Amino acid sequence: MALRSPLGRALGLGSAKSGFGHWWGQRLSAGALVLLGLWFAVSLLGLASTDYWAVAAWVGEPRHAILLILFLITLLYHSSLGVQVVIEDYVHEAPAKVSALVVNRFLHVALAVAGVYSVVTLSVGGQA
Amino acid sequence: MAEFRLPANSRVQPGREHKAPAGATRVRRFRIYRYDPDGGGNPRLDTYEVDLDRCGPMVLDALIKIKNEVDATLTFRRSCREGICGSCAMNIDGGNTLACTQAIGDIGGDVRIYPLPHMAVVKDLVPDLTNFYAQYASIKPWLQTRTPAPPDRERLQSKAEQERIDMPSACILCACCSTSCPSYWWNSDRYLGPATLLAAYRWLVDSRDEATGERLDDLEDPFRLYRCHTIMNCTMTCPKGLNPARAIAGIKQMIAERKL
Repeated sequence: MALRSPLGRALGLGSAKSGFGHWWGQRLSAGALVLLGLWFAVSLLGLASTDYWAVAAWVGEPRHAILLILFLITLLYHSSLGVQVVIEDYVHEAPAKVSALVVNRFLHVALAVAGVYSVVTLSVGGQA
Repeated sequence: MAEFRLPANSRVQPGREHKAPAGATRVRRFRIYRYDPDGGGNPRLDTYEVDLDRCGPMVLDALIKIKNEVDATLTFRRSCREGICGSCAMNIDGGNTLACTQAIGDIGGDVRIYPLPHMAVVKDLVPDLTNFYAQYASIKPWLQTRTPAPPDRERLQSKAEQERIDMPSACILCACCSTSCPSYWWNSDRYLGPATLLAAYRWLVDSRDEATGERLDDLEDPFRLYRCHTIMNCTMTCPKGLNPARAIAGIKQMIAERKL
């Protein structure tokens, strides 16, 4: 039987005194993605050919590689924040929620590392 | 997990039909959610035919007529019948609003009436607002100061300062906005919801209040405040025409201001 007062329940464990970082990060990365996404789409459309060597030559240009890495990291950072919100919204039981949050974070970091590794390899003359 | 279907014992069954008396000239069907906690059965949807030529113009008029003349067991809250007490908030024709300010003539077809969404139902159209009121109390909705009040007069405000609290202090706490918010449906144990956040904003922008920092400390939380994803159902549904979504954006902006 729960006899805690309604106010006690509403106050719960108190304020986490955080949340701004997540909110700000989501908005900043969204703004950056508008620019980087446009650049990425326009660049892809501008490629004469999309075979491996043509793309490798394009990525070999340092500024292209740098922008592509920025795009990948921003995209995965933004996605990680977004998926985190979805999990917090809908998954409430502690074990499932915490595991989902951990898997989400690990998966996004792994994807980011794999993406950066791929771009670097391709850019410094990767083998087919 | 969030619940997307009603539990088996909450699913609404077809209910009874109450025909209009013979000689009725302008009949409208009111389909009303009924739940009797003492009966033990599922909720049901009863249908009442009302002769609009013998009824006032508002949905509340029809509810009172039904209660007085057809079915005295129909249970709902009402008091002022002029949109200032917030008691008769319910879900009418798919949207949350006040029965007393919702004209029957503005609704096409049958008038469907349910209690405020996603709240525990006490009986019929009466939702349990215990947590809603506790959340309101949790933000300390009163003036907090360190400067003692002037001995000879009130704490003064300029006209511009007063105007900043005009909109948020017009809230009547009817709970239409909070119960229209999906974030509040899924997380009302931790998310404060638009009504309480609008009230918090009212004290944050009050020029006489001196607890702004502490108030923002208490609000900055991934659930209490940042569960708002800005879908603005709150502003769309508010029967007083207020803008809780803008108030919530204002709180986020104040937190940003002190961080950046």
